[in-house]
Amino acid sequence: MNNARAVFKKQMLDTRKNKAVLIQFVLFPIMTIVMTLLVKMDDMPEYYFLKLFSVMYLSMAPITSMSAIISEEKEKGTLRALMMSDVSGVSYLLGVGLYDFFACMMCTVLMSRVCGLEGDVWRDYLWIMAMGFLISIVLGAAIGVISKNQMAATSMAVPAMCVFSFLPMIAQFNSTVAKIAKFFFTEQIYLALNSEKSVKMDIEGFSITMANIILIFGFFLIAFKKEGLEKA
Amino acid sequence: MIRTINVSKSFGGRKVLDKISMTVEEGEIFGLLGPSGAGKTTLIRILTGQLAFEEGEAAVMGRNVRELKGKDKKQFGIMMDDFGLYERLTCFQNLKVFADIYGVSSERIHEVLAEVKLTDAETREASKLSKGMRERLRLARALLHQPKVLFLDEPTSGLDPQTANEIHEMILKRKEAGCIVFLTTHNMTEAEKLCDHLVLLNEGHIVEYGAPRELCLRYDHQKRIEVVTTDGETKEWPFGEESAAGIAELMRSGSLLTIHSKEPTLETVFMELTGRRLEV
Repeated sequence: MNNARAVFKKQMLDTRKNKAVLIQFVLFPIMTIVMTLLVKMDDMPEYYFLKLFSVMYLSMAPITSMSAIISEEKEKGTLRALMMSDVSGVSYLLGVGLYDFFACMMCTVLMSRVCGLEGDVWRDYLWIMAMGFLISIVLGAAIGVISKNQMAATSMAVPAMCVFSFLPMIAQFNSTVAKIAKFFFTEQIYLALNSEKSVKMDIEGFSITMANIILIFGFFLIAFKKEGLEKA
Repeated sequence: MIRTINVSKSFGGRKVLDKISMTVEEGEIFGLLGPSGAGKTTLIRILTGQLAFEEGEAAVMGRNVRELKGKDKKQFGIMMDDFGLYERLTCFQNLKVFADIYGVSSERIHEVLAEVKLTDAETREASKLSKGMRERLRLARALLHQPKVLFLDEPTSGLDPQTANEIHEMILKRKEAGCIVFLTTHNMTEAEKLCDHLVLLNEGHIVEYGAPRELCLRYDHQKRIEVVTTDGETKEWPFGEESAAGIAELMRSGSLLTIHSKEPTLETVFMELTGRRLEV
């Protein structure tokens, strides 16, 4: 746990100067806040921009940041130095993953408060977002683990990110895509965030999200077992 | 102590280390001298548990390297070219990451930065350091937790002579502190200056083992003496009575400027044994 804490602290220091990762964390929250404060229309649904950007945020920021952080450490050889200092692969991923989760949740809390969410709706929103971040972080970690360098990570993270973030949007306009999209956790989170008058995930949505968790965790475990960070 | 017995390693059917056996005693500086591709880095990787190997046995501080645990690795300080730095972090922050892992105080970070003469660059980002400073920061990271065994892979490669000398001094200080220093180099001057014992490694084979001076004397077949006279002439004589008479005459006449025995260097020993140059 001590090593995971050291990795967490390292990541906090590094992200402040790593614009590529920093922008992943703040881009959508800033867009959400700015749009919410500036765009006011009579027939606009409540929390419109928050709900619109939240799914994009949870499917983009953790995947790209996790894969970028891990692959950069592999490419630059800092991961090798950590591994030889008694930091295990699990401690490392825990440190980076917790940091990623913490950063995303902090921004989510901020943007949802500024947008006016409160009470039970706010609590449910945060729970659902937390679940989404967790799945995306694991997916980003799997991509980072199997990528040899940053370029390889980007070439895998971008398609994954596009699929998970754009499917819910396209599903609104195309019923065929909607039939496929419903099997993705991002679509279920989108539907949950857009429930009438509240933020609620039904049993079907919850089951599909759980199935996504199992599949993505499975993918991560296979990647981790096969590639491992110690071989970096 | 570091000990290997018949360690062999292949990559894709090509043997890069073949039956390497050697012993490194406590508190000595041990060198692996050989040209690029001789297998030096591979051996360091094996000894630090980074690389599996097919045959033989290897132990560091009495621990089988195949079974090294985190605690064992904490006794090592490793400086390798591909152990990168956190480019966006300052020198202090770079060391702080590892200080937190090793449980080392911030005072020790200041101390080790002073030791490698980077105090003035403490708040400078690693990406803004010169090559020499980067190497010193890497060395500082390896020394941070005062390891019992220091593995240095080509520690002065590509550095200017002054920085190389500074690094040599730091290595010698570690030896004085009782640390085992295991270094690879293709620089014979460095090997002669630092190493108590060394092996000459070529294409994965140990071609010779011993103290640098002892090796040079062992291969001193020609046993010649070189003299330079006051009129600038250089003469070479074989050991023997005739030469003694000639040298005595030069001394009597006051025309002897310098006189040296001509033992081979490690470079010439290596060339004699392998037909290759070291610095390739």
